[in-house]
Amino acid sequence: MSDISVDTSKRRFLVALSSAAGGIAAVGAAIPLIGSMMPSARALAAGAPVEVDLSKVEPGMILTVEWRGKPVWIVNRTPEMLALLGKHDDKLTDSASETTSQQPEYCKNPTRSIKPQFLVAVGICTHLGCSPTYRKEVAPADLGPDWAGGFFCPCHGSRFDLAARVFNGSPAPTNLVIPPHKYMSDAKLLIGEDQAA
Amino acid sequence: MEKVLNWIDARFPLTASYKAHLSEYFAPKNFNFWYYFGSLALLVLVIQIVTGIFLTMHYKPDAGMAFASVEYIMRDVPFGWLMRYAHSTGASAFFIVVYLHMFRGLLYGSYRQPRELIWLFGVLIYLVLMGEAFMGYLLPWGQMSYWGAQVIINLFAAVPFIGEDLSTLIRGDFVVGDATLNRFFALHVIALPLVLLGLIAAHLVALHEVGSNNPDGVEIKKLKDPETHQPLDGIPFHPYYTVKDILGVVVFLIVFSAIMFFAPEMGGYFLEANNFIPADPFKTPEHIAPVWYFTPYYAILRAVPPMFGSQFPGVALMGVAVLIFFALPWLDRSPVKSIRYRGPKFKIALGLFVVAFVGLGILGILPSTPLYTLIAQILSVVYFAFFFLMPWYTKNDTTKPVPERVTSK
Repeated sequence: MSDISVDTSKRRFLVALSSAAGGIAAVGAAIPLIGSMMPSARALAAGAPVEVDLSKVEPGMILTVEWRGKPVWIVNRTPEMLALLGKHDDKLTDSASETTSQQPEYCKNPTRSIKPQFLVAVGICTHLGCSPTYRKEVAPADLGPDWAGGFFCPCHGSRFDLAARVFNGSPAPTNLVIPPHKYMSDAKLLIGEDQAA
Repeated sequence: MEKVLNWIDARFPLTASYKAHLSEYFAPKNFNFWYYFGSLALLVLVIQIVTGIFLTMHYKPDAGMAFASVEYIMRDVPFGWLMRYAHSTGASAFFIVVYLHMFRGLLYGSYRQPRELIWLFGVLIYLVLMGEAFMGYLLPWGQMSYWGAQVIINLFAAVPFIGEDLSTLIRGDFVVGDATLNRFFALHVIALPLVLLGLIAAHLVALHEVGSNNPDGVEIKKLKDPETHQPLDGIPFHPYYTVKDILGVVVFLIVFSAIMFFAPEMGGYFLEANNFIPADPFKTPEHIAPVWYFTPYYAILRAVPPMFGSQFPGVALMGVAVLIFFALPWLDRSPVKSIRYRGPKFKIALGLFVVAFVGLGILGILPSTPLYTLIAQILSVVYFAFFFLMPWYTKNDTTKPVPERVTSK
């Protein structure tokens, strides 16, 4: 047996150093593992813009197209529908579209659109991601006499108007998202690309 | 024979393990009905693992093929329907058994010192089980699978700052899709079962270290036979409790088979009607609700209105509702363990808690109306009051004296 006294502080230092080195290695190994769970190149590429022929959407009708795997609505709003839009601003959570993340700058207007006639919105509820139902009829029995047409989420009862703005008292915290979009011509819409400023 | 055993024992503690965990593991002699559910949970685990292995032989974790492969299992694979119904019935049975097992813990104070770690491992098992059930439910790729997963993953998106990235990381895409299905399959079939087995081993090792609690909440190790050094109120687990548990297994399997063969959908509670429609990312079903075992928490989630333009408060409260079970050993300040010697305050509190839990479970299945939301809010307050007021009402309760030895009521 050796009679040299053990230098415990040196041992503690070495243990701490090798633990730290091992910890760094573990974090390093975790990066590719976690990274592999992020959207793949293929999933990212699926985000290409989608072209829509607007002549197919009759007045008052809705067309649903797929963009980045999500449903995107195009609603051809009639003049009557547009006339009703401004009448319930006091019942909306964000009537002036102040939340900037929910629409591009060029859609921050009362109709939340480039052309008032066409609403383009991502059909996914901002509450928990269900897809609300298009309910264009005025004052149906199940939605009450104040209903002026809009979207109703069957999951948790969120209500949106025809500009996809959320009504007070809905579980959804914000208005529905307006995706970036632009008009190629009068009857051609491109979803997924911003309109030139 | 003895030679073989000696040969093994010199290399592996076979006889020693058998004695330590079965023939000389002394359990209190006064176990009652409530003590069936631990061993039954183990039985359900075996059912799930075995049927799960055979289901993976035919199932395809691909968004384009998953739904059809489940129908293929149901119609074309010999006994495939049996395998699948056993697995789906097993999922619900698991939660029934585990909820009763946890309730037993509440009744007799099984989470109290020195069994805090057994309880913590148990709550972890419960959490993993919830993850296992949630991910398994996506695999048939029906409408409920899809929209249920969509809603639950979006709960993570409500976390401030990192939420969006977190939910993208979970999905592996910007919406629930093939990538999500594929990884949930991996987690459901490999990752979580491994974690589950490890936790169950830890749960049992900790249990066998300190010994079982009992309906009287008396520590049987305090009074030992001076000669044999065995607890006076203990009996060997084998054969006494193995035989008792076999009776439980027989009764359980009768009920389990009755459901599996005659009502595998259980009127839409075990397998929801909408899940017989293939997943459609464009159309949310009219009424979506999670499977029954998650509905108490779902009702709490829905009871909380959005605050400050965010739904995070509801999500956070739902998380707290589950995680609060971890704190139970330290919230209970009663001088006694078992409900038999507790005073009226705890009994009332536990009764109200059961009403709140079951009530929230029922409300979570129903569509939300203003009245139901109000009831859910009241029951949520009761649910949390049970935990947060526990230090006070358990401390100031009029308890009865605990006997020296277990009683045989």
